[in-house]
Amino acid sequence: MSAKRSARVREATLGYALILPALLLVTVFVLYPFFRNFSLFLYHAPPYPGLPSKWAGLSQMWETVSSTSFQQGLEATLLYTVLVVPIGVLLGLVFAVAAHQKLKGMAIYRTIFATTAVSSVAVAAVVFGTFMNPVFGLLPWLGIDPNPSVLQNPTWAMFAMAVIGLWQFVGLSFILFSAGLQSLPEEVLEAAKIDGAGAVRSFFQITVPLLSPTIFYVFTVGTIAAMFTFGQMDLLVGPGGASFVRVNTLAYQIYQYAVTTPNPGVAACISIALFILTATITFLNFRFLERRVNYAT
Amino acid sequence: MATVAFRNIDKQFGSNVVLHDLNLDVHDGEFLVLLGPSGCGKTTALRMVAGLETPSSGEILIGDQVVNDVAPRHRDVAMVFQSYALYPHLSVGRNIEFPLRQQDLSADERKRKINEAAEMLGLSDLLDRKPRQLSGGQRQRVALARAIVRDPLCFLMDEPLSNLDATLRTQTRADIVRLQQRLGTTTLFVTHDQVEAMTMGHRIAVLHEGSLQQVGTPTELYEDPANAFVASFVGNPGMSLLAATASNGSIAVEGTATAWSGPVSEGSITIGVRPDGVAIRSSGIPAVCVGLEVLGAEVHVLADVGTSRLVISQPAHAPRPKLGDPIEVELLTQPLIFDATTGARQS
Ligand SMILES: Nc1ncnc2c1ncn2[C@@H]1O[C@H](COP(=O)(O)OP(=O)(O)OP(=O)(O)O)[C@@H](O)[C@H]1O
Ligand SMILES: [Mg+2]
Repeated sequence: MSAKRSARVREATLGYALILPALLLVTVFVLYPFFRNFSLFLYHAPPYPGLPSKWAGLSQMWETVSSTSFQQGLEATLLYTVLVVPIGVLLGLVFAVAAHQKLKGMAIYRTIFATTAVSSVAVAAVVFGTFMNPVFGLLPWLGIDPNPSVLQNPTWAMFAMAVIGLWQFVGLSFILFSAGLQSLPEEVLEAAKIDGAGAVRSFFQITVPLLSPTIFYVFTVGTIAAMFTFGQMDLLVGPGGASFVRVNTLAYQIYQYAVTTPNPGVAACISIALFILTATITFLNFRFLERRVNYAT
Repeated sequence: MATVAFRNIDKQFGSNVVLHDLNLDVHDGEFLVLLGPSGCGKTTALRMVAGLETPSSGEILIGDQVVNDVAPRHRDVAMVFQSYALYPHLSVGRNIEFPLRQQDLSADERKRKINEAAEMLGLSDLLDRKPRQLSGGQRQRVALARAIVRDPLCFLMDEPLSNLDATLRTQTRADIVRLQQRLGTTTLFVTHDQVEAMTMGHRIAVLHEGSLQQVGTPTELYEDPANAFVASFVGNPGMSLLAATASNGSIAVEGTATAWSGPVSEGSITIGVRPDGVAIRSSGIPAVCVGLEVLGAEVHVLADVGTSRLVISQPAHAPRPKLGDPIEVELLTQPLIFDATTGARQS
């Protein structure tokens, strides 16, 4: 009896010891900041560091979310998400299905696609920044003189951001769909062929429903990632840019209030608002999309 | 309905030769069983008829049309996979309907056909269920219903019974035979189980390591096997193969002359004996009892004769040797004689 118990204690100790490193990381980088936010948003940041913070209660939150810049940030965030996610899911799926064919040289093609997902946003920004350069970019090369340049154009800047985001997201979406396709039961697809279904019907009536758990997953993960994007906005437009207000997403605003012109109270307010927004959208995803997902077995 | 034919079919995967010069005709309306041990190329042969695999050389014919370049969906064959391959997201009714949706049928017509097929297979009450809510036997019947519903040129069945338990397998075996008789559709049925083959097929084609060994009715295969492999594979259990020597027209096993003689080429040979063609006697060929299988009315005595394994069938009430006992056996019938190296039948 006691031998059994001491074995259990030993096992439990080992278990906790094994998760300790991960637990520490999560605590320092996820849990602590998360809860710290909730105390930050209740205080006005002091005008100079070192002075005491002033209690604000919920008033700072209301001021922040009703400000024009927050409204613009919200619009920018949602526009970016709507531009990137559905197209990214669709393209990733189409490319993954194309790459799933057993053709020669497909491994290279797959690798090329997958690399966009693992290249950093800085790399993407440099590549696309070059393409979008008003002097030696793509448009001048085509004989079109963009004025103002795409990145400085309030109408087009966000589309440019979305193109960069898409380029990266399609890679991820492609990888996830490729994995999903690998795990589809081969014989079911063969049965569809024999049963007379052509490629298109097979795709929509068999492949898509069987992939629906993956589609849902990519959609949800993509949405969350899109709502936290600000890398290319910072690198290619920045606060000085003419199109700045159009690309100033909520995540970018958090970054500015936390790092560039510190105001932790406001940063905390925006991040809580963004958190609630993302959580709500994710919840709605689960509520309305997941119901249409077929879990095969 | 149609005939199916393999003409000089070769199939390689890389350097691995899976089928070699296969020539086989399946007659119109026939139930032909493709029988062979695991890995001999049965599934590959079947998949070539379906169009899921292309021959390396040779021709596949359905009716009198060469179908090598015809896409699977235009071949009008129906296949039952070993895994059943039901559409997991569709209800039973929708699964059965799937092949019909490709045809120009009215909704009423489709419904009529679904109900007919479902009725034939006892699935009428299950039409709204999803495949995961079915037992193995029910899934198997859905796969059959999906195959018969569109009245194809031929059925291709790849070990459809192998996932069922023994009782259900026997019952479904009879169901499939009855169904095929009623529909009269040409059927190519793959199995590695010789009992299944013997009880179901009009004719059986035995495949071994990618080569066709023999085609014939169950009786022909049993009574007149073309070579040592067919002799040992067909029957339950199959023939025992013993190393023997022939000289002056008489046959000796382990140095002991048998009572049988006849025209036979001199030298090393292999003889085949059925379990009921041999018995334990007080004197004869020396052997050692290495196993006993009690089957009820009869008992199989397993014995080693030199390096060969012999199965002797005897009634349950006969005295049994114990494990390790030296015994002596005598041939009761004329054995079949095979070439010692090639296994080809000599007489
Ligand atoms: N796609 C493939 N690529 C390479 N080799 C293959 C492929 N499919 C089958 N083979 C090989 O071909 C041989 C025959 O396979 P096949 O599936 O036809 O055997 P089988 O007679 O159906 O066996 P079983 O009774 O175990 O199903 C095997 O050696 C197998 O490894
Ligand atoms: Mg097989």
